Amino acid sequence: MLNLKSLFSLSVLGLTLLAVGHTAARAQTSLTGAGATFPYPIYSKWFSDYKKVDPSVTFNYQSIGSGGGQKQISEGTVDFGASDGPMNDESLAKVTSGKILHIPTVAGAVVLTYNLSGVTDLKLDADTIAGIYLGKITKWNDAAIAKQNSGAKLPDAEIAVVHRADGSGTSYIYTDYLSTISADWKSKAGKGTSVSWPTGLGGKGNEGVTGQVKQTPNSIGYVELIYALQNKLSYAEVKNADGQYVKPTLESVTAALATANIPDDFRFSMVNAPGKDSYPIAGATWLLVYEQQKDAAKGKALVAFLKWALTEGEKQAKALDYAPLPDAVQKRVLDRVNTIKY
Amino acid sequence: MTTAVLDAPAASAAQSVAARMKPVSRSADTLFRWLCLGMAVGVLALVVLVGWQLWSGAQSAIHKFGVGFLTRSAWDPVQGEFGALPFIYGTLVSSLLGLAIATPLAVGTAIFLTELAPNWLRQPIAFLTEMLAAIPSVILGLWAIFIMLPLLPRYLFPFLKKTLGFLPLFQGPTYSAYSMIAAAIIIAIMILPIITSVSREILRSVPDLQREAAYGLGATRWEVTRIAVLSYAKKGIFGAMILGLGRALGETMAVTMVIGNTPKIAASLFQPGYTLASVIANEFAEATTDDYRNALIAVGLVLFGVTVVINLLARLLLKFGNTQTGAVH
Repeated sequence: MLNLKSLFSLSVLGLTLLAVGHTAARAQTSLTGAGATFPYPIYSKWFSDYKKVDPSVTFNYQSIGSGGGQKQISEGTVDFGASDGPMNDESLAKVTSGKILHIPTVAGAVVLTYNLSGVTDLKLDADTIAGIYLGKITKWNDAAIAKQNSGAKLPDAEIAVVHRADGSGTSYIYTDYLSTISADWKSKAGKGTSVSWPTGLGGKGNEGVTGQVKQTPNSIGYVELIYALQNKLSYAEVKNADGQYVKPTLESVTAALATANIPDDFRFSMVNAPGKDSYPIAGATWLLVYEQQKDAAKGKALVAFLKWALTEGEKQAKALDYAPLPDAVQKRVLDRVNTIKY
Repeated sequence: MTTAVLDAPAASAAQSVAARMKPVSRSADTLFRWLCLGMAVGVLALVVLVGWQLWSGAQSAIHKFGVGFLTRSAWDPVQGEFGALPFIYGTLVSSLLGLAIATPLAVGTAIFLTELAPNWLRQPIAFLTEMLAAIPSVILGLWAIFIMLPLLPRYLFPFLKKTLGFLPLFQGPTYSAYSMIAAAIIIAIMILPIITSVSREILRSVPDLQREAAYGLGATRWEVTRIAVLSYAKKGIFGAMILGLGRALGETMAVTMVIGNTPKIAASLFQPGYTLASVIANEFAEATTDDYRNALIAVGLVLFGVTVVINLLARLLLKFGNTQTGAVH
């Protein structure tokens, strides 16, 4: 009994010493972040892999959504934010504690998934997609759809339109695309994480939209490319700005990134990018950091991590179904990361 | 030892024990009293705090949109136009419809369990109904998506159209199962256990004397249940319904998964709708502008208000009912 007791207290003592020794051995830097859910899988992979590069840095990331990410970095309650859409001028103007930099990390695409029995190959152009989501094209055998899909057996049935009900970066990219290609859409609904949809049903999350499309015959909906790839959904080819029908793939998204017009503050939109290989409905995701870091140790760790993520981290993107930044963009972003002061 | 007990000092010993006990028990009593008071006040404070938080968070939205927030039906985050009417409508309709579906089922089950079921069947059925309450909301939602929804357009909708199609409630296209009806059915399933178990307790508390008296008058089993039991338990069952309605109003996850999330007011129950709780759950995480976020908090305040008003109305009804039919007691 006594032996057991002393053994116990000895081991407690040992553990305490170990813990003390551990913390004393090297200073831990803990970086807190919050924001977008779309890049969460790759970010968490980066955070865990980065432990091998620098074990003294630990990450705490909460995927609470882009809105929360923007709010928390604006209020300075986190070390970095994450967002699927760039912050607008109005929100940036309200930030008083410094200049926020947008660091693009990876890109994703939005695909149109559909449920049409007997149709395995669907081609859609910009006007048709806008027409369907505006509620102007209501039947599958409409001339606009039929002329692009000669040979397909399009039913004489109502198109059941499905969209995301929850605010999401996916909706932002999709409505950004619709606003770019259709003036009518821009004035009626506009772009945003949630908009006032002219028609259709709302599903919660990619899984909700997929569920509704699968359950409803003759329906169409939009989901993230990653989700469509991993769940083997059928999706449409979309006609791009160069008049080519392009299948959404990681390559066609990176191609769009390469041709997109990217300003120096990196608050860019890459929808309807030129180039014959570019998939038109795509968007990047950003990390949001202050240009002037308040805590030197944290700032140093954050910059080192960003540099690693943009070089080594990018190499893991494809394996996780994200489109990496093309080399030219990557170089420009790295140059910007080097301007962060701490 | 024994002599000491029998001796005179025994009395004084007992006294001293009592004396030693008294102050201890008294202070424990006071402590217990304050502790309970503290907890009761804590709960009250929590409600007030939630209300106040919602109120202050919604201030700028109230300022900006005024009463129009309750009566407008545009919900356009891009243009910054917010009106909560479709959500209020969706919340009330889906909850009341759910209650209408659940009440007969729940009261029927409760009557069966207390009045009719053989003893060996009572426990298993009571247990199973209570188990229903233990199913997480999201699981029910998934079940609805994969099992229940595909059946609706195939069986229920055509049936309703054929039998009740003359009402505008049951007209219009039915190709999608995501609808107000689907939400109401899910709500009914979720509030069934609470209404059943409360009603069962109420029916159990009906004195046997009531029943025996009715039997004595030559009443049949149905007449006994109707005259002696149900009229006696009416108020309690109404209370059980209100408890269920309270749950229904705030139900979020499963409803969001099946209601179709469309902020429009449609006459037909086959059409999709939207509820107050659903719009908050769906949109709060990605609400990027201050106006938008404040509008969503205001929606929360409206939900809070709707719940309070419904409960107050129920209390009033109960009071009103009391003066009318109190003679039953």
